Amino acid sequence: MGGLLSYFRNLLGTREVRILILGLDGAGKTTILYRLQVGEVVTTIPTIGFNVEQVTYKNLKFQVWDLGGQTSIRPYWRCYYSNTDAIIYVVDSADRDRIGISKDELLYMLREDELQGAILVVLANKQDIEGALSVAEVHQALGLDALKNRTFQIFKTSATKGEGLDSAMDWLSNALQNRK
Amino acid sequence: MNAFKRDKKEEEEGGGNPFQNIEKTTVLQEARTFNDTPLNPRKCAHILTKILYLLNQGEQLGTMEATEAFFAMTKLFQSRDVVLRRMVYLGIKELSSIAEDVIIVTSSLTKDMTGKEDLYRAAAIRALCSITDVSMLQAIERYMKQAIVDRNPAVSSAALVSSLHLTKIAGDMVKRWVNEAQEAVNSDSVMVQYHALGVLYHIRKSDRLAVTKLVAKLTRNSLKSPYAVCMLIRIACKLLEEEDSNGNSSPDSPLFEFIESCLRHKSEMVIYEAAHAIVNLRRTTSRELAPAVSVLQLFCSSPKPTLRFAAVRTLNKVAMSHPAAVTACNLDLENLITDSNRSIATLAITTLLKTGAESSVDRLMKQIASFVSEISDEFKIVVVQAIRALCLKFPRKHSVLMNFLSAMLRDEGGLEYKASIADTIITIIEENPEAKETGLAHLCEFIEDCEHTSLAVRILHLLGREGPRTRQPFRYIRFIYNRVILENAPVRAAAVAAMAQFGATCPDLLPNVQVLLARCQMDTDDEVRDRATYYHSILEKQNKALSNHYIVEGLQVSVPSLERALHQYTLNPTETAFDIKSVPLAAVTPADENANKMAANAGGMLITPALPGSKAAVAAATANTVTREETYLEKLRAVPELANLSISLFHSSDPVELTESETEYVVRCVKHCFPEHLVLQFDCTNTLNDQLLENVHVQLEAPDGYHIVRSVPCARLPFNETGSTYIVLQYPDELPASVGTFSATLKFLVKDCDPATGQPDSDEGYDDEYMLEDVEVTLADQVQKVSKTNFGSAWEEAASTHSELEDTYSLSTMGTLEEAVRNIINFLGLQPAERSDKVPEGKSSHTLYLAGVFRGGHEVLVRAKLALAEGVTMQLTVRSTDPDVAELVTSTIG
Repeated sequence: MGGLLSYFRNLLGTREVRILILGLDGAGKTTILYRLQVGEVVTTIPTIGFNVEQVTYKNLKFQVWDLGGQTSIRPYWRCYYSNTDAIIYVVDSADRDRIGISKDELLYMLREDELQGAILVVLANKQDIEGALSVAEVHQALGLDALKNRTFQIFKTSATKGEGLDSAMDWLSNALQNRK
Repeated sequence: MNAFKRDKKEEEEGGGNPFQNIEKTTVLQEARTFNDTPLNPRKCAHILTKILYLLNQGEQLGTMEATEAFFAMTKLFQSRDVVLRRMVYLGIKELSSIAEDVIIVTSSLTKDMTGKEDLYRAAAIRALCSITDVSMLQAIERYMKQAIVDRNPAVSSAALVSSLHLTKIAGDMVKRWVNEAQEAVNSDSVMVQYHALGVLYHIRKSDRLAVTKLVAKLTRNSLKSPYAVCMLIRIACKLLEEEDSNGNSSPDSPLFEFIESCLRHKSEMVIYEAAHAIVNLRRTTSRELAPAVSVLQLFCSSPKPTLRFAAVRTLNKVAMSHPAAVTACNLDLENLITDSNRSIATLAITTLLKTGAESSVDRLMKQIASFVSEISDEFKIVVVQAIRALCLKFPRKHSVLMNFLSAMLRDEGGLEYKASIADTIITIIEENPEAKETGLAHLCEFIEDCEHTSLAVRILHLLGREGPRTRQPFRYIRFIYNRVILENAPVRAAAVAAMAQFGATCPDLLPNVQVLLARCQMDTDDEVRDRATYYHSILEKQNKALSNHYIVEGLQVSVPSLERALHQYTLNPTETAFDIKSVPLAAVTPADENANKMAANAGGMLITPALPGSKAAVAAATANTVTREETYLEKLRAVPELANLSISLFHSSDPVELTESETEYVVRCVKHCFPEHLVLQFDCTNTLNDQLLENVHVQLEAPDGYHIVRSVPCARLPFNETGSTYIVLQYPDELPASVGTFSATLKFLVKDCDPATGQPDSDEGYDDEYMLEDVEVTLADQVQKVSKTNFGSAWEEAASTHSELEDTYSLSTMGTLEEAVRNIINFLGLQPAERSDKVPEGKSSHTLYLAGVFRGGHEVLVRAKLALAEGVTMQLTVRSTDPDVAELVTSTIG
């Protein structure tokens, strides 16, 4: 009986959690999206625009928007900010040259009013590549120390190998449920 | 029962369009719900429908509005509702041309087009191609290629049709998909095959050889799809027409054989297409026509109305060119007269009218009168055209037909319909003097209650021209003056002008006309008053020559040129008076122009589709020549070296080809005649893609007397572009020397260049030259046509003021009078007056009247008496204000 009740509550009361995956081009956003959705690595091409998929993780339903990271498409990110519950910010840990740009984009985005309540997950991706920055280095390079009033966590991941994503999603699910 | 009836009625009224009262701003407001989470797919689909409805009703969205709605719409991709997604595709297609940054949906659409959901794929392809520009196309090329050869016919068709649309923006890229399209032609699906053929043809259409190969291959292994076969027939027709126009037609071309074999195809559509093609080919002889006509004849008794309609419509067209071939179908057509479909019946009757004998006219007219009020305007026009043809064919039937026309004129109908009736009546009046008075009477009656200003103006003008020369001119005055009392200003002005014509031509009516004109001077409209005053004061002088010049003949110059000349004159104040002779003359019938001055649109009103030789065709042709000098002058003035030439371009010739059309360099020459100078404009086209030409000019060997003033080279002539080089010559002092032949050579500097980029390989070039055909300057280049409404009086008048020359010639090479008349007109370049260019049938002698103006403003009148006897003998009398010009005219003939 109780199970049935909670089933209905789930159906009517809770809405899908809306998540944006952002980051520079080539960071691995689309790969992460489909890794989460179908559990395998798909071949991707640069995203012109966006992909949107429904992802179920441990009985939680997420509506995940993967927005293209090319310079020309970044300005459109803001069109999709409203009602966002969480942001997954993906960083290419091996791309030392552009980590600065990545930081700028992150800070610029976090200033948006519509995203004030959003939980932030930073993924230091491509850890499988030799010479990649470590989590701590990424943490520092992005200036996450200075982040105030924001529920956030950073994880090291490798989307192609499937490492680190589970712990990140576990943390995110908990954080979302605790928030309510 | 009553209540039930009322309910039903109310329902009908209340029902109707649920979207009737929607408003743009409200709908766009509603579109914000697209941003909500969770979405309500049904509601969103409904709002999208409203947006689409508005757009299709012609509502305009601003860029901002559209972009906002577009981005809101992109949020709908989160929903998995199939109906909503497909609505989104439609929305994307509609907004793609208005909104900005539409490429934002590229990835989503690419995913849908390659995804598993078949319902999405075809529509996603179409939407994707509508948002893609050239730079993004590269990214989706691979998917398009795959989609073209997809197993799902809907997907393949969508990809092929989208490719066709893409050729507009990225023709080269689509060309690379030729292998995929080739594969799709072999598809089992009728639509895919059809669309694939379309794409293949489009890719190859600029390459004649490739198209020929394609057609040859496909005609051999028969296509499955009837649609594709229809298309193939059309392509084959085009090839045949091209062959014909190139002059290398072979009587039994395999293409024609193919088309003919399609007459025995199992699909009715293909059979009809083949028959239609054969009928419309210019090369078709009556023997080849027979099988096509008999197929159409079979269709006439088909139970399907569409087939009957198609058949009878095509037969109707054939009846114009080959009436004899259609006669065989007369029996079937008779059966169709009573067809329940009015369109079919109309076409059947009009076809019969064209093919039938004189005796059947009355019967058919009665039949058609029984339902003419039930058919649409479009078909009424068909009827009118048939009547026009009939009048020309059987002049004796004019009273029956004229009565019928006048009855139709009184019925309800749009402007186009009424204009075509008026046109027909006017044609009848012009062709058949016996019908003139009745025709004019019908028209008079018509303008008593005519709501179309342009039409009324035209008829008034006609009355002014024809009325004075009838037996009882006074009868028309009342109709015309009624217009002054009852109508709007343009019609009143036209009526005033028409009355003045009567005053000028009929001396016994003059006092009455003067009284009426005096009354018109009290009119409220400026133009009407001005005209009335103008005519009144001229008529007061009682001077025949004066009224001839200023009323009967009207304004001879082209109005735009006059405007320009006056403008120039006011810009540079001088002591000298404005000389109207410096203004180029109009080549149209000036009288027409005069009356249409106020209703300028009346000129464009002759909408009746151009029957060969019909008035409309002639009018269209002359309308072009008016603007020709204007457009050339515009172009000449843009060349700085030529800007200081006299502002008045007197006459420009038609372009003359100085090379074969298929050569390396194509050169055409236009001769511009100014009062003292001759400007030769050479339009050169470079057809070599590996050459860049510089300093292109023409070297001319001028005959004695001509003096080359200046040569303006064309600095640069890249591949596939046309540039102009000019030569300015001064005419010789001696008039006879102005007619002559120039030998011309094209000279230029060649720089070899890369065909792909057009960039020259080096800065070094070499000189080269190319022989051109000779340029001939003739008499016709130096005269402008002028139309005389009343040649007789002008001729009489000229006897005292002009110098006259007369000579007799024997034109032994001419076989008929028509041929002689045509040649003389072409040769002299003068305008035939009073329709003397039409030789009545069966006559052995004819008099041709020609009028024009020689450069410098010397009037030329020519009377040519022709007699047919072992060739044509001609007595030519020339009257001109300048004796030298008269001499030139007589000396150049022969």
